[in-house]
Amino acid sequence: MALKIIESCVNCWACEPLCPSGAIFEARPHFIIDPKRCTECEGDHAQPQCAEICPIEGAILNSFGEPVNPPGSLTGIPPHRLAEAMAEIRAR
Amino acid sequence: MELKVVETPKEQGGCSASSCGGSADQLAHLPEAIREKVKNHPCYSEQAHHHYARMHVAVAPACNIQCHYCNRKYDCANESRPGVVSELLTPEQAVKKTLAVAANIPQMTVLGIAGPGDPLANPERTLATFRALSEQAPDIKLCVSTNGLALPELVDELCQHNIDHVTITINCVDPDVGAKIYPWIFWQGRRIRGRKAAEILIAQQQKGLEMLTARGVLVKVNSVMIPGVNDEHLKEVSKVVKAKGAFLHNVMPLIAEAEHGTFYGVMGQRSPDAAELQALQDACAGDMNMMRHCRQCRADAVGMLGEDRGDEFTLEKIEAMEIDYAAAMERRAEVHARIEAERAEQERAKASGGNVAFVSLDSLRARPQTPKALIAVSTQGGGVVNQHFGHAREFLVYEASANGVRFIGPRRVDAYCSGDDTCGEAETTLQRTIKVLEGCAGVLSAKIGLPPWEALEAVGIQPSGEYAWEPIEEAVAAFYQELLKGGHLDQRDERTREVA
Ligand code: SF4
Ligand code: SF4
Repeated sequence: MALKIIESCVNCWACEPLCPSGAIFEARPHFIIDPKRCTECEGDHAQPQCAEICPIEGAILNSFGEPVNPPGSLTGIPPHRLAEAMAEIRAR
Repeated sequence: MELKVVETPKEQGGCSASSCGGSADQLAHLPEAIREKVKNHPCYSEQAHHHYARMHVAVAPACNIQCHYCNRKYDCANESRPGVVSELLTPEQAVKKTLAVAANIPQMTVLGIAGPGDPLANPERTLATFRALSEQAPDIKLCVSTNGLALPELVDELCQHNIDHVTITINCVDPDVGAKIYPWIFWQGRRIRGRKAAEILIAQQQKGLEMLTARGVLVKVNSVMIPGVNDEHLKEVSKVVKAKGAFLHNVMPLIAEAEHGTFYGVMGQRSPDAAELQALQDACAGDMNMMRHCRQCRADAVGMLGEDRGDEFTLEKIEAMEIDYAAAMERRAEVHARIEAERAEQERAKASGGNVAFVSLDSLRARPQTPKALIAVSTQGGGVVNQHFGHAREFLVYEASANGVRFIGPRRVDAYCSGDDTCGEAETTLQRTIKVLEGCAGVLSAKIGLPPWEALEAVGIQPSGEYAWEPIEEAVAAFYQELLKGGHLDQRDERTREVA
């Protein structure tokens, strides 16, 4: 029962002060969650606070290893549009 | 017939209502204390920005909302918000950097916190920086930019730390418009989306604005102009925020490129062109005049507006500096006194008939057909034409006409490209510069090399280095007359009339 921050984290500090369990630590290359401390916010909040504020899709995984905020869920950009745009830029 | 033409402008004081008349009215309702505050502020006073400098420190990384023109992975081109790439400073480092810059650039009068996230979503860091600076460097004005979401709860604390300028980015007052700009906000422990999110954000922004003006704090409102989304709506925004006591409304063009990975960039939302921006600023009339020189500077920028000397003050270099701020403060006071004397002298010279603008323009008024022309100027500050064309990263654009000379706004050469590897190499700086100058009849620089000279002439932009070191407005007026006499404006005249 713990969330996990992975390498797409941009170290924006938004999650760290919100954690009720003191489970989030500044680290390089990216922030980390101490799985022993993380409670998934149970008893404190209806939603895990780190995943609720994190602006980066895919940066936080749930205990099944799935992104809490999947592609397109935060930016509103349909994933295929993003892929098209990136392919076009690379082709230039 | 001719007499009538001459009389009409005189009744208006020789100044079109939308330029200096508007500014005067705009400030007239403000108390003397507030006008005094604005006078030397490079971001707020068109006059002062030629002489004074500001800096920003990046101490606030977190954000509590998402905007469709921002991608938190990269430095953001809109507002004053670079993303996470900028060097993040601790409050202690930020204070040291500010003191170092202030000691080395005495013209620096304003310290702002604008990002890279939202300063008020990082209240401890932001307030710690302000607290230390108001104690250690009382001669520096402090300001903060915010999206407004956390503003109401922090107004009282901000006031304690002697913050006298707050900028709120307000892109809408209608939640249906807001739903197209903000995909979500983080509010009371939850991510809230859609119209509801915009409703909360708008309510918080308006409440914060009211609370600040009620406490006598200067409030500037920034808006990003997004064609087809909020461009028409911003006229309403302008009315609302002015009625609530905002002393300035600054409309900035959206910057959206697919390379930035923002919603607008990827989805192909277009940016406004210079003419559209100018038309909207004109339509919102008086309230916007003074902010046309806004450069959308970066949140970690150092220097005069439009110039960045950040490389001279990296953390490493700052650590090595010994700063005696008491001594620096004395030096700063001397420099400020000198600048004020210089400005007073320029004003006197203007008033005592040395003003080419009024002499020449009086004669122009007898000719009802005189066209308007945009003239670009490259300058390093000081209010004179003093920058080499090839060194210019931005141009100040003025409109010259029978009614005089008025400042339209800056145009940045690198606004769409920070020179990193995401930008194609196909466009040379010269090509970009020429594109930026589109619509201008001429350009004034201290010096212009032959290749750019020829390239400019080829696209119908008349270059000149004849006005080097002359005061900008006088130089523009004289150059305008030169262009007029040389027949360079004849064709443009027709185009202008067609538009009008
Ligand atoms: S889920 Fe809750 S407890 Fe776990 S790291 Fe995130 S904020 Fe902390
Ligand atoms: S909010 Fe997301 S991106 Fe920001 S530090 Fe936390 S995990 Fe990283």
